[in-house]
Amino acid sequence: MTSTTMAENTGSAATKVGVATSAAPFRLIRRGLVYLLLSIAAFISVFPFYWMIVGATNLSADVIRGKATLGGALFTNAATFFAQVDAPRIFFNSAFIAVVATALTLVISSLAGYGFEMFRSRVRERIFGLLLLLLSIPFAAMMVPLFVMFSQAKLVNTYVAVILPTVASIFIIFYFRQATKAFPTELRDAAKIDGLKEWQIFVFVYLPVMRSTYAAATIIVFMANWNNYLWPLIVLQTAENKTITLILSALTSAYTPDYGMILFGTVLATLPTLIIFFLLQRRFVEGMLGAVK
Amino acid sequence: MAQARLDRREQVTGWTFVAPALILLGLFMIYPIVWSLWMSFQVGKGMNLSFGGFANIMRLTKDPVFLRALGNTFTFFIVQVPIMIVLALLFAVALNDSTLKFRGLFRTAIFLPCVTSLIAYSTVFKSMFATDGIINEALMAVHLIGAPIGWFSDPFWAKVAIILAITWRWTGYNMIFYLAALQNIDRSIYEAARIDGVPAWARFRYLTIPMLKPVILFTTVISTIGTLQLFDEVYNFTAGNGGPSDSTITLSLYIYNLTFKFMPSFGYSATVSWVIVVVVGILSFMQFLIARDRRRSS
Repeated sequence: MTSTTMAENTGSAATKVGVATSAAPFRLIRRGLVYLLLSIAAFISVFPFYWMIVGATNLSADVIRGKATLGGALFTNAATFFAQVDAPRIFFNSAFIAVVATALTLVISSLAGYGFEMFRSRVRERIFGLLLLLLSIPFAAMMVPLFVMFSQAKLVNTYVAVILPTVASIFIIFYFRQATKAFPTELRDAAKIDGLKEWQIFVFVYLPVMRSTYAAATIIVFMANWNNYLWPLIVLQTAENKTITLILSALTSAYTPDYGMILFGTVLATLPTLIIFFLLQRRFVEGMLGAVK
Repeated sequence: MAQARLDRREQVTGWTFVAPALILLGLFMIYPIVWSLWMSFQVGKGMNLSFGGFANIMRLTKDPVFLRALGNTFTFFIVQVPIMIVLALLFAVALNDSTLKFRGLFRTAIFLPCVTSLIAYSTVFKSMFATDGIINEALMAVHLIGAPIGWFSDPFWAKVAIILAITWRWTGYNMIFYLAALQNIDRSIYEAARIDGVPAWARFRYLTIPMLKPVILFTTVISTIGTLQLFDEVYNFTAGNGGPSDSTITLSLYIYNLTFKFMPSFGYSATVSWVIVVVVGILSFMQFLIARDRRRSS
């Protein structure tokens, strides 16, 4: 991120000029307010994470009584959670769906992004424009027919039904097309002169060059699939096929939810995304920003 | 780039690259959308559908639950989106100051909520909003309230709880867009304004805001679409019923209930889903008009 460091340099130079002026006390007060505001915001942002971890160590009665200190019930909660939830199976479901869906989405959407950008034709430009329009159509408008389609195909309650409708993602196609604009065409021309076929160029030239784009896209797509709720809720109907997100929601809907146990499960379900976040922080933010640059 | 007209073989290659995506999109997106538009004019229960013309649209106007859901969705949208956008802008501008200490820490902290799944965070919030829970306890400790608030039994406070939760989850996300955009602004403009004696708030109002307008518009449209599709949090908070007494039911939740909970009326639920499509369309269009108007007048 060279632009950041550049901005920082010019910024600090600028404030040195600014500090020398007379409004120093006023500046100090304003500075203090900014720190106060940001500290409050940071505290509110982080507190629920603390609450989640602390809650996992407390009994449900203590959680709903507002106890915000570590307790000794971690193993009790873990035991209850593993007794009620077939955790290996459920986490396998979540992981399998997220990994397969992510892999397929990356392949299909990056192929399309490359195709739209490298081989422009009037018809394909029109189609691309239409796809962008479709981006704003909410999922609710297609979920009923989708459900009818999958039940007619007798695919309800299968991984296929969860994965298939998500793998051609307009947003990710758009993301790859935008990124492909920065792909040096000379590389492609050179490869062509060397006699490589188009698919070889894609696999051996484009893919390695674009790996950071793939990394960012992996994060977006994996997160979306790991956390997906509405569509899995509709198509996954038996307990052994459900994802961790569905199970957590079902546990929370109980008449008297066992919060200690549920928060323990929530910690487990949030860990993968938290780990990805801290390992790949910068990529992560790029990924969230997507193609907006 | 690629200005030369594609020859026949390249045309074929081009179609080959986009074909898998187009086939899947056609099957799992365009076909269902067209089908649901057709469905929205059908009446009947289950799969016994017959053409009903505008019957579903008439039913909308007399359906109290639909009107409730529409009203709630608008309330969430009108109250929540502006609060979130303003907060996100405020944080972004504060964090864009490179002399600020701990800015990486602040940025990471405020962004962190985006990492959670909608179900995970709404579960955590549900436990915090319990009647004797931490939030009521904290509010009573600072004497903001005298008695515990029934966050999930009172129709008004249930809405407030949902708005607070959504704002927590998405403010940092929007902030990152503004931060990215702020870093692209040429700093010399600010320097020139400062030297000319333009005060800080005026620099914000007349320099920062206009330059961020495209990003603000983008995030507003995204948030609009997101809020109108609100489902996960409300479903999880209220165990699927949008209670107390429909006070938090949203359009998406009502569609879900119409399709999968009650005796399924596919036609009518398709009509409700097209209400969302139309509202999203109108609101996005209005936001574009407002953005264009402001540009003209300033």
